[in-house]
Amino acid sequence: MPRQPVARLYRRLLALALLAACVGAPAAPKFEDSMAQRTLACTACHGEQGRAGPDGYYPRLAGKPAGYLYHQLLNFRDGRRHYGLMTRLVDPLSDAYLQEIAQHFAGLDLPYPPPARPPSPTAPELLRRGQALALQGDPQRRLPACAQCHGAALTGVLPAVPGLLGLPQDYLNAQLGAWRTQQRRAQAPDCMAQIAQRLQPEDLVAVTRWLAAQPLPVNTHPAATAPSWPAGSEPLACGATTISPGARR
Amino acid sequence: MRRAGHALLALAGLLVAVSVWVWLRNTDDVDLNATAPLASTPALVARGAYLARAGNCLPCHTPRGAAPYTGGRAIETPFGTVFSSNLTPDAETGLGRWTPAHFWRALHHGRSRDGRLLYPTFPYPNTTRITRADADALFAYLQSLPPVRQAPPANTLRWPYSSQAALAVWRALYFRPGEHRDDPRQSAAWNRGAYLIAGLGHCAACHSPRNALGANGGPLDLSGGLMTPQNWYAPSLRDPAESSVADWPLAEIVRLLQTGTSTRATVSGPMAEVVRHGTQYLSETDLTAMATYLQALPSTGRRTERGAPPPSRPSGAERGARLYDRHCAQCHGDQGKGVPGAYPALAGNRAVTLAQPANLVQMVLYGGFAPATTGNPRPYGMPPYVLMLDDRDIAAVLTHLRTSWGHQAAEVSELDVHRVRAATAP
Repeated sequence: MPRQPVARLYRRLLALALLAACVGAPAAPKFEDSMAQRTLACTACHGEQGRAGPDGYYPRLAGKPAGYLYHQLLNFRDGRRHYGLMTRLVDPLSDAYLQEIAQHFAGLDLPYPPPARPPSPTAPELLRRGQALALQGDPQRRLPACAQCHGAALTGVLPAVPGLLGLPQDYLNAQLGAWRTQQRRAQAPDCMAQIAQRLQPEDLVAVTRWLAAQPLPVNTHPAATAPSWPAGSEPLACGATTISPGARR
Repeated sequence: MRRAGHALLALAGLLVAVSVWVWLRNTDDVDLNATAPLASTPALVARGAYLARAGNCLPCHTPRGAAPYTGGRAIETPFGTVFSSNLTPDAETGLGRWTPAHFWRALHHGRSRDGRLLYPTFPYPNTTRITRADADALFAYLQSLPPVRQAPPANTLRWPYSSQAALAVWRALYFRPGEHRDDPRQSAAWNRGAYLIAGLGHCAACHSPRNALGANGGPLDLSGGLMTPQNWYAPSLRDPAESSVADWPLAEIVRLLQTGTSTRATVSGPMAEVVRHGTQYLSETDLTAMATYLQALPSTGRRTERGAPPPSRPSGAERGARLYDRHCAQCHGDQGKGVPGAYPALAGNRAVTLAQPANLVQMVLYGGFAPATTGNPRPYGMPPYVLMLDDRDIAAVLTHLRTSWGHQAAEVSELDVHRVRAATAP
């Protein structure tokens, strides 16, 4: 009988050794019951930071306001934005689950890479024009500053306005262009569509060039509130700034 | 000269006879003057709403992002595009001026309010089996919707399919108004299942093969069909090698229809839409009835060619195995066992070894989520590979799946992949 504990210890050591051998083998897929696991279909293209794909740029999702992300998922599903792969992916999902997916990505806090160097030197006056449009707007053309809605630091405003920094110029150009041609739409009233219509092509390029060249501030998070509108100006009505349920389903 | 005259006369006689036959085949006895208004009650409307779920009417009758049942969604067919009707009670563009008799005639005889013959894209070879009582409930529900003025675009069917005469001939050949009759030798559940599957459920609209003129094997032929031009294959529900559920426990069949997933299969593609908007809302009793019918379907062998058995070492085997390790094994496992409740097993999965590989190609090209349902609200997703893998890669990895773990299905060729990719490019 006194030998029994030794035998038990021996058996346990053997079991541990076997377990270690199993862990070392790459047999079982690493699986966890998490939103990150559920949304591998998203990150396969978007990556952690956003990434360029063969047919365009897949923007970063991490840290964007949940309301904004949720609206984009609805926009793809309900035909206000057009990208077949996105539409097919979100089609079978419920409003509640799309909301949860949006919240998952909004809650990710990942550092931003430094802005990409522009492909060619930029004329200083173009950058000055871009900066003025982004921070002051152009009252003559009835263009509010980007910062008016997207936050003083341009990192977005909760709950539903996205930040404008950390995105490549090509992507920003493509989005504004799509808004001008109504290929991209938001919930009515679609304030971005009005702004995109008012932007002259050279102003569009100026503002995207400037935005794409800006490093992120220390605090990259969306602001709680947007700056108040200057006295005498009329705030734009934006359907996309409130979180609404989907059109159907 | 006289002989030619006789021949001409005979031809004319034949034409008249055929015309009379076609005409007779397109008559109906619905009394449109019976305009007694429907006594609509909340209970009747609720019953109609439930039946509309059973018929999964919403997805086809609602374009993306539009108000429910406003119609105008494009339904692609091999003969051109048909746009669905506005079913809201708008007087100009919807069912506002329809009576219950008009609606019954549409479901039962496939005719519109003005007598026009309807295209069988609207599955009236199935809806003809719906009872008058259920038709009235559906009508009461549709009439309770807010009216929306929205005329659907005109159909863009090619000639001769666009003509009413061609449609009359098609109907004479392939359509008979019918009604559901209970089989006294079968249980009440089986009969209820047959009624739902043949009529409202219109399962055969996809799960039955269609001939060159678009006619299928009838409302209870469930022997599998390729949906063109969507390029999804609705598998046979009678073939043990496809999607027969003869050896499933009843509860698993119910679970698949209710949640979109079960221990034995997960729905995808058009069937995900059916579960998401339709069957997940059905009562346990009705789902059990459908499951009872499906489980009792007599098994038949495969109607289609099995294709050549794979050679002992398929071309591109190494490439396929390498691609599998790199792109698939992380979720589906080295041995293709998947993760229960999240990722389907590929080993032993009939969807992997179907003779018709279209669904497999679709899954790899476009990925996707199982439908989010009350019973499976947070499904896991598969990424699309359409931009990552070319036709040769996809053919190799699918051939790998179809010849691993004891599978002996035919190779998938680059052409198989190309065909689906070309027809479905988003």
